Amino acid sequence: MALILFYVFAFLIVGSALLLVFMKNLLHAAFMLLITLLSLAAVYVLLFADFLAVTQLMVYVGGILVLILFGIMLSNRGDTIFIRSESSNGIAGGMLSFLLLGGLVYVITRTHFMQLPWLRHSETIASTGVKSTLHGIGINLMTNFALPFEVASFILLIALMGAAFISSQAK
Amino acid sequence: MASIPLEHLLLLSAALFCIGVLAIVTKRHAVAVLMGIELIFNAANLNLIAFSQHDPNLLQGQVFALFVIIIAAAEAAIALAIILKVYQYFNTVNVNEVDTSRG
Repeated sequence: MALILFYVFAFLIVGSALLLVFMKNLLHAAFMLLITLLSLAAVYVLLFADFLAVTQLMVYVGGILVLILFGIMLSNRGDTIFIRSESSNGIAGGMLSFLLLGGLVYVITRTHFMQLPWLRHSETIASTGVKSTLHGIGINLMTNFALPFEVASFILLIALMGAAFISSQAK
Repeated sequence: MASIPLEHLLLLSAALFCIGVLAIVTKRHAVAVLMGIELIFNAANLNLIAFSQHDPNLLQGQVFALFVIIIAAAEAAIALAIILKVYQYFNTVNVNEVDTSRG
């Protein structure tokens, strides 16, 4: 059951991401990005990452996507009916990403990840019967990752101040 | 309940990464390039969470994915501020036409 759901959402992710690239209208591309992010949140739920799924919904769908929509609307000239997103270097870019995909698929299929010692002898989150990963993430953030957590909050503060400064500076 | 094979998750993540690269390389609107960068961040997150599934007590991959989301939020805010500034200055956001960085 989980496997079927995974393939459905994987199809949605790849399909909507491809449509994002080939859409002519930039607003439609943003909505395709919305479908990609929502399907990714569903895949996170299937991977027993409930807190990450909720964070994905709040930060990406609620924050970054709205920011991108603002960016699209504030940066069009207003003389066109819809905001075009033309593409260039189609053949070279397609070749590049296709070769990259081929190389990655070759590496992934040739490397037997499940034969790694720490993966072979480990049990998954599912088999331990943990109800929620929220407790573990909270413990981790306050013990092993306390310094990265503080640095991340500092980076976020500096980035928001910098964004406000850049966009409000008089020319 | 059968768990999802690790290889399939990695293949999905690789596909998402390559689509993000395709968007960055071919798109000419700066916001579309930013969308490609978001796709790449999400591919990295999917990889981290896929490996974290087999790490039941420590959850290090999920904590790191949380940091990636924080960095993505900061990056999106900065990038859109720069895009708006570029639009004020050049009156376009086509990355092929913006060819100078003088103030």
